[in-house]
Amino acid sequence: MIPPIGSSTTGATGWQPQPVALARAKSNERARKIFLGFTALPVVLILLVTLGLLIRSWPILSTYPLQDLLFGEVWKPSKMLFGLLPFITGTVWITAVGVLISVPPCLLVAIYLSEYAHDSTRSFIRPILDLLAAIPSVVFGVWGLVTIVPFVESTVMPFAKAAFPYIPFLKVDQPTGFSVLSGGLVLAVMIAPLLISVVYEVLLTVPNDLRRASLAIGATQWETIRRVLIPQVLPGIIAAVVLGASRALGETIAVLMVVGNVPQIPTSIFDAAYPLPALIANNYGEMMSIPLYDSALLGAALILLIIILIFNVLSVIVLQRVKQRKWE
Amino acid sequence: MESHIQVKDLKVSYGKQEVLKNVNLEIPRNRITVIMGPSGCGKTTLLMTMNRFLELNEGVTIAGQVLVDGHNIYSPDVDVTEVRKRVGLLAQRPTPLPMSIFDNVSYGMYIHQMRKETIEYKQAVRHYLELAGLWDEVGKRLHDPATALSIGQQQRLCLARGLAVEPEIILGDEPTSALDPVSSAHIEHKLLELKEKYTTVVVTHTLRQAKRLADHVVFMYLGEVVEQGPAAEVFGNPREERTKQYLQGLF
Ligand SMILES: Nc1ncnc2c1ncn2[C@@H]1O[C@H](COP(=O)(O)OP(=O)(O)OP(=O)(O)O)[C@@H](O)[C@H]1O
Ligand SMILES: [Mg+2]
Repeated sequence: MIPPIGSSTTGATGWQPQPVALARAKSNERARKIFLGFTALPVVLILLVTLGLLIRSWPILSTYPLQDLLFGEVWKPSKMLFGLLPFITGTVWITAVGVLISVPPCLLVAIYLSEYAHDSTRSFIRPILDLLAAIPSVVFGVWGLVTIVPFVESTVMPFAKAAFPYIPFLKVDQPTGFSVLSGGLVLAVMIAPLLISVVYEVLLTVPNDLRRASLAIGATQWETIRRVLIPQVLPGIIAAVVLGASRALGETIAVLMVVGNVPQIPTSIFDAAYPLPALIANNYGEMMSIPLYDSALLGAALILLIIILIFNVLSVIVLQRVKQRKWE
Repeated sequence: MESHIQVKDLKVSYGKQEVLKNVNLEIPRNRITVIMGPSGCGKTTLLMTMNRFLELNEGVTIAGQVLVDGHNIYSPDVDVTEVRKRVGLLAQRPTPLPMSIFDNVSYGMYIHQMRKETIEYKQAVRHYLELAGLWDEVGKRLHDPATALSIGQQQRLCLARGLAVEPEIILGDEPTSALDPVSSAHIEHKLLELKEKYTTVVVTHTLRQAKRLADHVVFMYLGEVVEQGPAAEVFGNPREERTKQYLQGLF
């Protein structure tokens, strides 16, 4: 005979924990703690990295005025001048140019994929985007070096020189193609897969009923996109841009190879620049006999980390708001 | 009775699955035609051929003709946006566009450039909101987001939005199934009022609603039209056994 479910053959009533059950509960608890430990690791890591950077950059933070560090325009470690402004502005310029170049075409691609493309086109393009995202940074750097830099130098710069000699951000003051624009172009390509897939995913969250409501009164697809979909997904587009920007901010190798690495405050997209990640990657571990040098570089890393943290928090907030929005 | 829509030898398949098998129909002008039949028999599919919505689904093949005023809306010279302007659709779930109440109603007129001056738009918006029986409730808050309305109000807003592009035909796919009884009654009442000016085709699952609305009835079963005719005949004295069984609630 099969005993009915719930009946117990050992305990008098069957409800008290049996020795086997106690052991099982214990091992369950142990497993839970191990999982928790690993889950907490990212949080601990971020804190540790920040703390480490803070401790190692403390010598300069405590002796060198913060104002001179953040807004000083001259970087001459041998003369004890540690102005990071050229690097901070360089980072901002390159990121901004990269994002500005990347966003418009990526929006078009994402909208095409979600609104116009057939399933077959979609399943053909998506793996290609994944592939693009998987190309190592250094490969993009080499590609930038052999194609983008010469292209900017031989084609874009002469054209800009002739076409708009007086427009501030487009002035050509230097001879080579190693420039903010080259860095921006390389970045634009690198962040494109991310931008496209985030905007595409956001468009997928819009219910089909909404598109149909617009089409049902005789709107064209384009009218539906322009007047219904884009206003609806605008927060998502902003979130995508912020995510792309925070990715671009930290990109090191590829950018370092094409921007010229001249510690100056850029005033035009054709100026060379020297972004923070490049400063750190190029110099850390060299000339460490100079006092405070190592501490200043770690201070630069801390500033970069803070900028990226702020961007990430912003993108999380915006994405959160997108998700909370009621579509119906 | 003059027919407004004629469906001739219509065959529809999703991929290899044939869901409409040679449908032939006559839908009378300025009357309410109710399409009935068990779930999955192809009512929505049939309705969606009439405003060319069916082709939005990938992998659909449509053969045959749907004539509106004698003109095949599937012939290559026909502009699909014009078809959808003339053949309005009231969906199952109300879907206000993510904009203000005012903009929801003016959206279609604006797209089809049906007015010129702002004042004309204002008058028109008021007119259609009145026609849909919503003006009294929203006249003072036209610039609030449409999503703030109750579901029942949203459905009347959708009606106003559809009427604003001056269609000749109104299609409704179970247009009251998401609504409470009072709001349903409101919509039914409106449809009855509007039939003077519009040809209406409604899909419904509620027999009682069908009896209240229908002038003309189409009964479908497994992708075929089993019976069609004046409401009194189909309800009172159905010719087909399957219609009889359906009306008795046997399936
Ligand atoms: N997009 C689609 N792709 C494939 N098959 C579909 C699709 N839409 C509907 N069908 C199939 O076509 C048949 C008819 O569907 P339809 O939605 O027209 O039925 P209905 O009569 O409206 O049903 P209900 O009363 O449940 O709304 C069903 O068998 C359904 O499974
Ligand atoms: Mg249906």
